[in-house]
Amino acid sequence: MSSLELKDLYDGFRNPDVIKSFQKLIAAEAEKLDRTVNIMEVCGGHTHTIMKYGLTQLLPENINFIHGPGCPVCIMPKERIDHAYTLAMQEDVILLTLGDMIKVPGSHGSLQDARAKGADVRYVYSPMDALKVAEENPTKKIIFFAIGFETTTPMSAALLDVVIKRDIKNIFFHINHVTVPEVMKELIDSRDEHVNSYDHRIDAFIGPSHVSVISGSKIYAVFPEHYRIPVVVAGFEPVDVMEAIYMMIKQFNEGRSDLEIQYKRLVTHEGNLKAQALIEKYFEKVDLFKWRGMGNVPNSGLKLRDAFSAYDAEVLYKEVLPYDEIDDHKLCICGDILRGFAKPQQCSVFGTACKPSSPLGSCMVSSEGACAAYYKYGNLL
Amino acid sequence: MTKNIVLAQGNGGEENGELISKIFYKHFKNEILEKSEDAAIIDGGRLAFTTDSFTVSPIFFDGGDIGKLSICGTCNDLAMMGAKPTYMTCAVIVEEGFSVEELEKIVRSMKKELEINGALIVCGDTKVVPRGSVDKIFINTTGVGVVQKSGISSNSVSEEDVIIVSNEIGKHGATIFANREGMEFSSNLQSDCTSLWPLVEKLLSEGIAVTAMRDATRGGVAAVLNEWAKQSKVCIEVNEEAIPVSDEVRGICEILGFEAYNLANEGTFVLAVKRSDAQRAVEVLKTFEEGSKASIIASVTHQHDGRVLLLSPWGSKRFMDLPTGELLPRIC
Repeated sequence: MSSLELKDLYDGFRNPDVIKSFQKLIAAEAEKLDRTVNIMEVCGGHTHTIMKYGLTQLLPENINFIHGPGCPVCIMPKERIDHAYTLAMQEDVILLTLGDMIKVPGSHGSLQDARAKGADVRYVYSPMDALKVAEENPTKKIIFFAIGFETTTPMSAALLDVVIKRDIKNIFFHINHVTVPEVMKELIDSRDEHVNSYDHRIDAFIGPSHVSVISGSKIYAVFPEHYRIPVVVAGFEPVDVMEAIYMMIKQFNEGRSDLEIQYKRLVTHEGNLKAQALIEKYFEKVDLFKWRGMGNVPNSGLKLRDAFSAYDAEVLYKEVLPYDEIDDHKLCICGDILRGFAKPQQCSVFGTACKPSSPLGSCMVSSEGACAAYYKYGNLL
Repeated sequence: MTKNIVLAQGNGGEENGELISKIFYKHFKNEILEKSEDAAIIDGGRLAFTTDSFTVSPIFFDGGDIGKLSICGTCNDLAMMGAKPTYMTCAVIVEEGFSVEELEKIVRSMKKELEINGALIVCGDTKVVPRGSVDKIFINTTGVGVVQKSGISSNSVSEEDVIIVSNEIGKHGATIFANREGMEFSSNLQSDCTSLWPLVEKLLSEGIAVTAMRDATRGGVAAVLNEWAKQSKVCIEVNEEAIPVSDEVRGICEILGFEAYNLANEGTFVLAVKRSDAQRAVEVLKTFEEGSKASIIASVTHQHDGRVLLLSPWGSKRFMDLPTGELLPRIC
């Protein structure tokens, strides 16, 4: 890279002068608001950006963040982690997964505990790394514990595509892919069960960055159209988030509820059609997927289509996988935090019994979870 | 604590600290150990004494190897207490089948580093174990140093001090990650692995009022600052913009979702220096190539005792926390 350096891709989006300029623009626009607006950043990447760069400290008091459920590691229920743990402990299995997933505790411990007990658990940067592991270990069964939203789903599909085309016999999949719009709907639709006097506690959504690169902004069209809730798809840098907030408040002041893209350098309305086709080819929706902290959310999970069940570890290991329901920890209020009824510090176990090194609930699990971000970076004003 | 040891307990961060205090300190408890310094000060303050074991994969990396590391690491711990490294031991555990040529290469780089420090290996031990019992080679070195300036301690940092880092941070950790993970990064990145005694000797001979020094190994600069904040009961306020980080290290951090201040260093140290001497300390450090990017990064206050604050260039604040868990790449 001679002409364009890596830092050129982010330096401008962290420019202090630009951030301060947006701070002023937002302050001026927010003065015209007649009430506090609740903005949900759906994606954990945005939660991380907001906390890491201290953006809440730059905003007027009438702008409130609700930290959404978009952290694929955080929302993984214990039942699924127990699946991973059980698979990892099987003879001749090498379990592969992505980064942070290794740390999340299930009923018997985390995958790093399984590894300490002798299981072969590895993390990969890309699902494609599984090909090398499979080649080097022809006598082992390589199980890819696939997690993530629309961002990582095409990579799992691409791996399966290669596995089928090359007729590789020792790579299998345990699918835990979930989709963003369904959980956003759930957050709105389930509202009345909790607080009758509120409808639309979430006034606006910041749409996820990477998810939208794949799926396009079209997946959020229902929110402005049906629910009258504005959506601005934003990038992950601090300037991106500040600009998105500015765009949103302008929408309020102008009485609009539109679907807008701030992250224009990567996101289009249609998204990556090739990736979408790959997903469509190999995956189908499951009726219910349980989200840690949220419970069962209709149509929010994916599974391999029946035609590919020969690659589905959940089918192949059906006899050994546990299927008991496990309740979330009863002191944990992650569900309320995700719905915007509570902030992390209001939880009785926040920072005491529940810490990033020993999380009780979903929001403390990964650095993208709201509680972990509050714990790690504080919320200093 | 978990029932079985997990890798996170060797991370230089929170879990590591818990393991040490709940198992080792509990049973070995004594006044010297509890000071928890880089090296123990013994013999009425005359000598500094420390030990370190080295296991790194890959054993040869850009900018060094396990041999160089095994001398730098222990000698640097002595230097951080203001002690000149003098006598050392060397214990090696080698895996059956290891290349003799590579072993000699490792020992040669140890010798070179010993000369830089003016130290001698005066006793040692060699064990060969069956294949699979260790990963290629583990080295332990123990060192004794003669204290040149007494009273250097991570328990004495106060509001009169400012905090300096001696060079760009995170290079060793980033290099090892880039080398180890086969990500095929093409960069000029090299480990900062180096002996720090020459720098420390110069600082002391120039009469710089050093309160504390620590080489920012596992856990990085964040671990050092957090320990100091806790041990000295002060708040350290870090000016984020002033932290020297090379473009290569920033790039790797961006891709993998790391913070440079959590990455290990093997030749970069943190100093607490009296404010009046700070500028002079930076100038002294800058006379060395290994200190060419030295910078004042933080002040000491009582804003949040026991914590480290990171101040952004746009006026927001956050905690600079201890790393927890293994360093794992973020997912998206």
